[in-house]
Amino acid sequence: MIRIRSLEFQYPSGDFRLEVPEFSIEQSEKVAVIGPSGSGKTTLLNLLAGIFTPEKGTIEVGNIGVNRLTEDERRDFRIVNIGFVFQNFELLDYLSVMDNILHPYRITGALRLNKEVCARAAELAQDMGISDKLKQPVNNLSQGEKQRAVICRALLARPKLILADEATGNLDPKNKFRILDLLFRSVEDHNSTLLAVTHDHELLEKFDRIIDFKNFQKDFPRV
Amino acid sequence: MFDSLYIAWKYVRFNKFKSVILVTCITLIALLPLSLELLLNESEKQLMARAKSTPLLVGAKGSALDLAMNSLYFDDEIPELVAMDEVNYVNETQLAMPIPLYVRFKARGYPVVGTTLDYFDYRNLELASGNSLAILGECVLGATVADQLGLKPGDSLISSPENLFDLAGVYPLKMKVAGILQKSNTADDRAVFVDLKTAWIIQGLGHGHKDLKKNKDPTVILKRTDTNVAANAKLDHYNEITRNNLDSFHFHGNLGTYPITGLIAVPLDTKSGTLLRGRYLTRKTSNQILKPTEVIEGLLENIFKIKNLIDSVILFVGSATVLAIILVFALSLRIRQNEILTIFKLGCRRMTIARLMAAEICIIVLTSGFFCGGLVALIDYFADDLVRTLVIR
Repeated sequence: MIRIRSLEFQYPSGDFRLEVPEFSIEQSEKVAVIGPSGSGKTTLLNLLAGIFTPEKGTIEVGNIGVNRLTEDERRDFRIVNIGFVFQNFELLDYLSVMDNILHPYRITGALRLNKEVCARAAELAQDMGISDKLKQPVNNLSQGEKQRAVICRALLARPKLILADEATGNLDPKNKFRILDLLFRSVEDHNSTLLAVTHDHELLEKFDRIIDFKNFQKDFPRV
Repeated sequence: MFDSLYIAWKYVRFNKFKSVILVTCITLIALLPLSLELLLNESEKQLMARAKSTPLLVGAKGSALDLAMNSLYFDDEIPELVAMDEVNYVNETQLAMPIPLYVRFKARGYPVVGTTLDYFDYRNLELASGNSLAILGECVLGATVADQLGLKPGDSLISSPENLFDLAGVYPLKMKVAGILQKSNTADDRAVFVDLKTAWIIQGLGHGHKDLKKNKDPTVILKRTDTNVAANAKLDHYNEITRNNLDSFHFHGNLGTYPITGLIAVPLDTKSGTLLRGRYLTRKTSNQILKPTEVIEGLLENIFKIKNLIDSVILFVGSATVLAIILVFALSLRIRQNEILTIFKLGCRRMTIARLMAAEICIIVLTSGFFCGGLVALIDYFADDLVRTLVIR
């Protein structure tokens, strides 16, 4: 599903450099990424999503060379194939919770918004326990509720790859297992792949594989 | 495009304060020149229509504009007065029919127009109710006056004193409403018509009181001869003309010297009009004759010069506003960097961002257009009254 070869990336400010010699994740795999803050976990997710472009190397997601696509093609690819759960939510305060969940469908021609999608959004919100908040502005939500709204938005298009950056970071112990189960169920139901960055060691045993970024510059995990 | 409009609408609604200010600015900037154009066109139409229906005006030399505005629209500016003899002069030329006008006094804010019955015939003014002027002290009201003051035939209307602090000045006269005119959509709707002599009574040139011959009060009678009785100011004057005291009203002196503000001269034909104008050019007189259309054209010329100046100011203010609006949108883009980054991260194309911004501008501009259109329609609906209130009177 994911193949990375000789990846090199540096921020324009030059204060951080990520090098990944070789790395792959198979379809339907549920992989956890752990490591200290600033070790490049979020950067890797952004590279896989095509938000960042590497200086060197190749990134393939589902046999498509993400870094070889044009910018517009990368955006279309991302919105259709990747469900990104952002660490800082990235919700729009002028839209209601429902509108935020449906937002990807409204900003691209690659996805079509219809009644079925709306029903699915409502169902997802029900599963996440925020169905009573759908008409409210996102500013009225707690951090945990915002997190769940973001997960709804990421899962709505049934993406092939789910990239979750601290997806359960703002949830209480009861909810974090529930939400993780929902993420896993989505992976299983739609034959997706999950790559989740987390600091929560309680959750790790549920994943198929764990990648530790602690010493990745010297010894990046190879498959 | 529907989705872009939907998202833009949500943004505009969420940022109410900013949106209202933008809509207000654009509406006002668009409304100003449009409403000005509309009102000036209506002014031109109304001013010229009245001027065209009045062939010649005679009045004292001085401001032709004051004379025209007072005679045509019963304007507050009172021109130099002329003597009633001028009416006789025009009549004697047999070149035109003179219609005297004495527009000096007011009754509850509306001009009292002293004239003759010829005026009603000439202006084709028809009665909606009641009767025409028959005796002294009666008045006929324009449709707007009757409507605004809630008066009907048989009611009374009191003329206003010229100056509240002038004890020796004009005393109010209680007039009886004889009739109400049909609406004519001209200045006549906003006038109180009285007979010329009633206007002179309002001024105090004519008056009525008890028979002095029968008065034996030594504190009132100053001098008594076989032919004349002189009284002092203690003598009570009637401030209302009734059938009982009508006969006691009288005028002292020569009526030919009594004042009027001007007269409409209706020539028998074009040639007569030209001849009459010629007479005034060659005659040694302190009076003038003028064609109202020429005066009004001069006035409109000045108005349109001012309009051009205002247009230039509006252009500058409009340009500054448009630049300010562009600045608002530019700053808004900076403020919304995080939001734009979010939708980029989700997978939105640059073109979609541009479309969202365009949709937002569209909503603001269309809303402004809607309000502007509504206000223009409203101004258009009331243009007639607005012009009479703001421009003519």
